[in-house]
Amino acid sequence: MAYPADLKYTKEHEWIKVEGDTGIIGITDHAQKALGDIVFVELPKPGATLTQGKSLGTVESVKAVSDIYAPASGTVTEVNQELNTAPEKVNADPHGAWMLKVKLSNPGEVKNLLSAADYEKFVAEEDGH
Amino acid sequence: MNRKIKKATTHVIQNEGLIFEKSSPGKKGYKLPELDVPEVNPSQVLGNAARADLGNMPEVSEIEIIRHFTRISTWNYGVDTGLYPLGSCTMKYNPRINEIVARLDGLANAHPYQPEKVSQGALLILQALRKALMEICGMEAITLQPAAGAHGELTGILLVRAYLQSQGNPRKKILIPDSAHGTNPATAAIAGYEVENLKSNAHGMVDIPSLEAQMNEDVAALMVTNPNTVGLFEQEIHKVAEIVHRKGGLVYMDGANMNALVGKVRPGDFGIDVMHLNLHKTFSTPHGGGGPGSGPVACKKIMEPFLPIPVVVTKKDGTLGFDYDRPQSIGRVRAFYGNFGMHVRALAYIMANGRDGLVQTTEDAVLNANYIRKKLDGVYELPYSTPSMHEVVFSDHKQTAKGIKTGDIAKRLIDYGFHPYTVSFPMIVHGALMIEPTESESLEEMDLFIDAMKNIAEECENTPEVVLSAPHTTRIGRLDETRAARQPILRWKPQAQSAKGD
Repeated sequence: MAYPADLKYTKEHEWIKVEGDTGIIGITDHAQKALGDIVFVELPKPGATLTQGKSLGTVESVKAVSDIYAPASGTVTEVNQELNTAPEKVNADPHGAWMLKVKLSNPGEVKNLLSAADYEKFVAEEDGH
Repeated sequence: MNRKIKKATTHVIQNEGLIFEKSSPGKKGYKLPELDVPEVNPSQVLGNAARADLGNMPEVSEIEIIRHFTRISTWNYGVDTGLYPLGSCTMKYNPRINEIVARLDGLANAHPYQPEKVSQGALLILQALRKALMEICGMEAITLQPAAGAHGELTGILLVRAYLQSQGNPRKKILIPDSAHGTNPATAAIAGYEVENLKSNAHGMVDIPSLEAQMNEDVAALMVTNPNTVGLFEQEIHKVAEIVHRKGGLVYMDGANMNALVGKVRPGDFGIDVMHLNLHKTFSTPHGGGGPGSGPVACKKIMEPFLPIPVVVTKKDGTLGFDYDRPQSIGRVRAFYGNFGMHVRALAYIMANGRDGLVQTTEDAVLNANYIRKKLDGVYELPYSTPSMHEVVFSDHKQTAKGIKTGDIAKRLIDYGFHPYTVSFPMIVHGALMIEPTESESLEEMDLFIDAMKNIAEECENTPEVVLSAPHTTRIGRLDETRAARQPILRWKPQAQSAKGD
């Protein structure tokens, strides 16, 4: 799967799409593949504050429970409720199945993140390990 | 029949429903004598607390109960039926001498509240075990109370917190390597600490530069497993401990893999301040459903004042007793004195083996793991070239080309008559196959296992569909694990009976 160029990526395998001062957050195709079938996604409630690089919730697959790290700081404005009953959407369409919408407190932070091309290179190196 | 499968064959095993499904109203497995005291109406005595409806209790005869459980027991696979190679779990043999000793009348029927003066034997066992475990770990104080490994971790980290608090500042964070057991971060979080992940280096060890960068006065402790979960000895553990100590932190060791060290090297000598042991792993007490477990915590003198109460002490008159007067104690962590039956078994194991026997046990455990490693190297990929200790981790890298993953190989191993190895753990190895034979296994049993693993690797090449659809010889074929996790049915309900086939 190609990594959309309009998203920014973390080395912990999250993506963020920035629209003005709003960030939309999900996990990458590489992440869903590594995790296997996702069975549960635990996310914060609207109003929660996120700090870049800190855990914001967990994603549980048949293999493991993994932390989701915030790609940017901000306040949660919306949570994708659909994932409560249909976590498999993350497997089916990782870059479409968003998890959170966030009002960014410091949009400049996103500059630290990887571009699609850089992320693809990073993943290839990790796989080579 | 597949003649390559040497250990297992098919055998008639009877079907068995749930005991609730066998019930028929009024059927009894007992006959009571005639009532020879005045009958009492329960609701008159107990009021609303008296239950007329006992719910759905199965009503069956004695032989139906016996057959039900005996049939189910024949479906089981345990360390008494064959190799149980779960890595990190250390499923070693539970020697029968342990069971004989634990069933001695005075031990099996001892009451935790009987007076100290008639408990001297039991207290002596606790004292002897404490001494032996402290000697093995190179530690100066110990509690036997924790009920299992994760409980021991929590007790240990609470000791760290209490000690640092007494020094003026409990600090904020615990550093945990990315190869750690999942219970480590859970422990730290429950003890009120923030968890900070520490990356492993290319050899699967703690990365010293990262540790140096992340260690500061906010870090209460590093939780490290040694040998780590990849089965490798942390070769720079002295240096690791020194870096943590220099900033005033403590080093906690998860002792789950202590069976690779007993009699060879002592954590107290390589810089560990506090650690737990799993008596149900290293010291041969029953594991899993055969438990309960036991997770003693050993520590350095500085943490002794904080140990859970009570502590076994020698009193002025020379007899043994319990000391409850310890104002700095973190309190109780378990009813009474921990899982005493397991303490008896662990001491029996230590004494039956003696010093030389324990050293031999460690050597055999490491030798067995390395034998399997050598024989399967090249058949399955080895992610790290560092020598293995008591367990070996392969990856499914060679097999993924055919779309076969570690979980598929594990399922196929069942057809060959073996319990699967640990699948997909540790997480730092993609597609991990984690194998721990323990010292219990004979060369013959290990050769059968190696043979099975080689055959499966061949099947992955030539007939991948056989592996992908395994197991084929079990009562129930491959289960839909994803659906079970997404839509779990957590309890049997009578209605489900009529809705069968749903």
